[in-house]
Amino acid sequence: MRTFDYVRARTAEEATAAWAATPGARYLGGGTNLVDLMKLGVERPEALVDVSRLPLDTVEELPDGSLRVGATVRNSDLAAHPLVVEGWPALSRALLSGASGQLRNAATTGGNLLQRTRCPYFQDLSKPCNKREPGSGCGAREGVHRDHAVLGHSPHCVATHPSDMAVALAALDARVELRGTDGGRELAAEAFHRLPGDRPELDTELRPGELVTAVVLPAATRGLPSAYRKVRDRASYAFALASAAVVLSVADGVVAHVGIALGGVAHRPWRARRAEEALTGAAPTRAAFEHALELELSAAEPLRDNGYKVPLARSLTVDVLTRLAARHSG
Amino acid sequence: MGPASRTTLTVNGREHTLTVDNRRVLLDLLREDLDLIGAKKGCDHGQCGACTVLVDGRRVNSCLLLAVTLDGSEVTTVEGLAGPDGEPHPLQRAFLERDAFQCGYCTPGQLCSAVGALAEAAAGHPSAVTGPGVRAGDPVPLGASEIRERMSGNLCRCGAYPRIVEAVEDVIP
Amino acid sequence: MADAPAALGAPLIRREGLEKVTGRARYAVEHRLPGSAHAWPVTARVASGRVLRVDASAALAAPGVLAVLTHENAPRLAEPDDPTLAVLQDAHVPHRGWVVALVVAETLEAAREGAGAVDVEYLAEDHDVLLTPDRPDAYVPEKANGGHPGLREHGDPDGAFASAPVRVDTAYRVPPLHNHPMEPHASTARWTDDGRLEAYCSSQGTTKVRQTLATMFGLPEESVTVRAEHVGGGFGSKGTPRPDVVLASMAALHTGRPVALALPRRDLPQLVGHRAPTLHRVRLGADSDGRIRSLVHEVTTHTSRVREFVEQAAVPGRTMYTSPHSRTVHRVARLDVATPSWMRAPGETPGMYALESAMDELAEALGMDPVELRVVNDCRTEPDTGKPFSSRHLVECLREGARRFGWAERDPRPGARRAGQVLTGTGVASATYPVLVSPSTASARALPDGTFVVRTNATDIGTGARTVLGQVAAEALGAAGDRVRMEIGDSDLPSAPLAGGSSGTASWGWAVHEACTRLARRLAVHRGPLPQDGLEEHADTAGTADAESDHARHAFGAHFAEVGVDTVTGEVRVNRLLGVYAAGRILNPRTARSQFVGGMVMGLGMALTEGSTVDPAFGDFAERDLAAYHVPVNADVLSVEAHWIEEDDPHLNPVGGKGIGEIGIVGTAAAVGNAFHHAVGVRMRELPLTPDRVLDALARRSPERGRA
Repeated sequence: MRTFDYVRARTAEEATAAWAATPGARYLGGGTNLVDLMKLGVERPEALVDVSRLPLDTVEELPDGSLRVGATVRNSDLAAHPLVVEGWPALSRALLSGASGQLRNAATTGGNLLQRTRCPYFQDLSKPCNKREPGSGCGAREGVHRDHAVLGHSPHCVATHPSDMAVALAALDARVELRGTDGGRELAAEAFHRLPGDRPELDTELRPGELVTAVVLPAATRGLPSAYRKVRDRASYAFALASAAVVLSVADGVVAHVGIALGGVAHRPWRARRAEEALTGAAPTRAAFEHALELELSAAEPLRDNGYKVPLARSLTVDVLTRLAARHSG
Repeated sequence: MGPASRTTLTVNGREHTLTVDNRRVLLDLLREDLDLIGAKKGCDHGQCGACTVLVDGRRVNSCLLLAVTLDGSEVTTVEGLAGPDGEPHPLQRAFLERDAFQCGYCTPGQLCSAVGALAEAAAGHPSAVTGPGVRAGDPVPLGASEIRERMSGNLCRCGAYPRIVEAVEDVIP
Repeated sequence: MADAPAALGAPLIRREGLEKVTGRARYAVEHRLPGSAHAWPVTARVASGRVLRVDASAALAAPGVLAVLTHENAPRLAEPDDPTLAVLQDAHVPHRGWVVALVVAETLEAAREGAGAVDVEYLAEDHDVLLTPDRPDAYVPEKANGGHPGLREHGDPDGAFASAPVRVDTAYRVPPLHNHPMEPHASTARWTDDGRLEAYCSSQGTTKVRQTLATMFGLPEESVTVRAEHVGGGFGSKGTPRPDVVLASMAALHTGRPVALALPRRDLPQLVGHRAPTLHRVRLGADSDGRIRSLVHEVTTHTSRVREFVEQAAVPGRTMYTSPHSRTVHRVARLDVATPSWMRAPGETPGMYALESAMDELAEALGMDPVELRVVNDCRTEPDTGKPFSSRHLVECLREGARRFGWAERDPRPGARRAGQVLTGTGVASATYPVLVSPSTASARALPDGTFVVRTNATDIGTGARTVLGQVAAEALGAAGDRVRMEIGDSDLPSAPLAGGSSGTASWGWAVHEACTRLARRLAVHRGPLPQDGLEEHADTAGTADAESDHARHAFGAHFAEVGVDTVTGEVRVNRLLGVYAAGRILNPRTARSQFVGGMVMGLGMALTEGSTVDPAFGDFAERDLAAYHVPVNADVLSVEAHWIEEDDPHLNPVGGKGIGEIGIVGTAAAVGNAFHHAVGVRMRELPLTPDRVLDALARRSPERGRA
């Protein structure tokens, strides 16, 4: 790890100003991923602007029934928040499926969104990786890639996004609030992360110096039945092979609202828009779910050794949908 | 030393003010600067839990926390679990009785993690296996499956898990 | 005669337990020697070739960096027995991850930064790391690990197989596995002003470490002291000296400072040995009553260019079952891979996975209960040597396990137990592990205050050795346990073999027992007060402990497993594991249970979660850290029970134990795999049983796909 300067910011304005004033600076949240990557030499910031103590550590109910979650709210606190547990259960479950109790106590909401891929080639300085070192090549595409993407990948990068939380946020139509040196803006959670294309070094649509200040859970999905299910190589404390976050409401025997996002299959949480379109207005039957997932996953382009992710994502998501639908009929 | 910062930490009730290399993580500060070697370095990357300590009462991986970020925090390590008279913590007793360890290297982290997990459950934090019967915010009753899930951030290569679960069950009020 | 609480067989709490639960137990890099520096390795980025140039200037310019050792400036060492220890001696790179430089610095942070700044230029050569069953360069070694012959053949195995009425011909694959003890391989070394070398080393046996360092650094053995008071696990990977202690010693010599070096977790797979991948072909030919006529077990594995190590995975067939015709053979290919070595029950673990899976397939082919198949093939003499077993209670283990597990209620039809999307099945496998014992020395001293000091350079890697040896000593002395101080883990103590091969307690215990028995006899006739420095007796079991036995000596056991398979997600859970072992006399039930259970948990990992991949393009293991290499977590381990049958075997050693550290792992993966087959009706022949493979298997079961 190279040496770096350290600045602790007290406000978001102070943080963005410190970033602008310090070449090579990075924001530091809970550090569970950034410090890890600094130890590996993958991240080499010249300065850290510590944003972990910004006054963004509250969960605030807004007048319209949505919920604003400050960027420094820790993952464990967010997962335990009664309004989240009751209003957006898929988010609570997704958070609790990630990492370990210790890591969730440190990791922040903003930092969770900004964590980087666990692709072993990305983490290993001795191997090529276009994400870490643009133009160096992709070690995984022809290498060991059982854990890698089956959707939306490019010749330059086949990495997956590791977050569970972000998958739930995408399905729940959450929004991400950002602040840059020239003011604030907002992005839909599902548009926050990118596909790799020919710029795999960019994980997100964040502009240089922009800071995640909050995540907003919308009133529209509040209280709707939602669930998150993750499949991994051991019973806990492992990244997803595939996961599914689903929100489903049924009215008058047909699907009134559905949000589906898949994790562990792409460079970003994969919002299954085609499946959602096929299901909206349809009867919530297993056959309909299977058909919808078939449509969605027809876009899949598995690599040599990760073809299993396609049937896994399909059966997993159909299963979650079926269970949620059963709650309506029950 | 590279760029450094003056940092004050209270560790096991004692205040320490140190000038620390900005790169130094809490784990190395405890071990190298304070000679509190109870917290162990198993992986150095948040993947094993051997370095678990309590910061402001919450369990965390001390290998991933830059010490400079913790200015003003209270840290409890395995050395600080015993009572004021030096009497071992009930959980330490339970680990001995149940033989909930072999090589002992993961043990300090398991102990700190269990103390943190018990507090989390009491404070109403659910886990991935908490059933719908528990009302949000209510204390979560801890059965074996809850303990297993909550203790899964602490690897034990000697395979003492069944005994660890029993030891934690022993101290549940 | 002995005080009851100290007696052998009592479930005593570990002597060092309180130190471990209070964080006071110091491990290898936790001894704060004044002036200590820290080291960090730089490892090779090519899988084959040589170092052309090392530019250390940037590293040396980093604040706090004291030195950069390379093959050009590192101390020249005498050739070690184990060539994996000849680090920084030449420019040759035999595999990716080989140490090519070592940075020494004032702090850990500076050492790490320095290591990142060392610029190494390589001449890369083509590499070849892919193990396949039909490699033409694979050869039959004269000896596999443990001194087992590479090939053994009896009768006409091919002819007997061809004419057998019931035949199984099948293949299995076990991936590379990694020990990953929680404490990484670590050492602190210092040179004293009078030229002595002192080291703290995370090792399973410091007598050997001392010998090795003395040889390599050209010192008399008495000028080297190596201590290992507490060791954070080893599972075989610390059974031999590892590069950490050589590097730390070199760095200390080079810098004149004490040097601490803990190998980074990511470097362990390449530097401290691994269980080599094994490709198995097993053929069993049986009569219609189940009796085996022909047993053929052929194993192909890899080793490195540095050293030949051959995982002896074909040896269980030489011991387990009636088999008048047999061939058990190893083939090994030398590849540009890291050097494999010992991992818990080397040979037996992958070998019994294959053999016991094949037994399950044979039972299926015969339409016979798998417990009964093993019972009818039980034998009184060892098939390979013809020697009678000193004791063999395999059948009793199977019967007792079946009773406790509820085997009788099992519906033998595969795929018959379904609840929702989960299929449940049960399986059984046998286990065996040889009784190994090595000569050891020990001393016992009676002090005038009525206490005793017993010394031997045993190592407690978590087995409870310190506690059990205290029990052995107390019983032989007729003293209360709290009057006996045990001193172990220091090479200045009477020399002793390593903690490995499940042989520690038998080997050390024999010498301790003998020294204490002699001392007790002498005290019995002693008149008057003891001299101020007490009375001491020594023992050396060379010539007795290693005497050839007329008997075949093995521990046996039986594993039972119940698994649930989620047909939607491919997740497998082991609901229950139950083992019953016949391993001689159990000396401390509390610590013994922990060892059996620990072995079973590691076996569960082998079955469900563990395995690495040799990256063909780069030549190293793709899964190198604990996020990618999945050792089981607490949530993976549900019900695990260990039981044992007490054996009174007069052909072992004075303490009567057979060794218990390894047998718990041996048949676990096979039992889980057999339970998986019973659950879903599809045979998996490759480990681990991860969701990707399970989904493939389920798809094979129902061609219309496992949409469940």
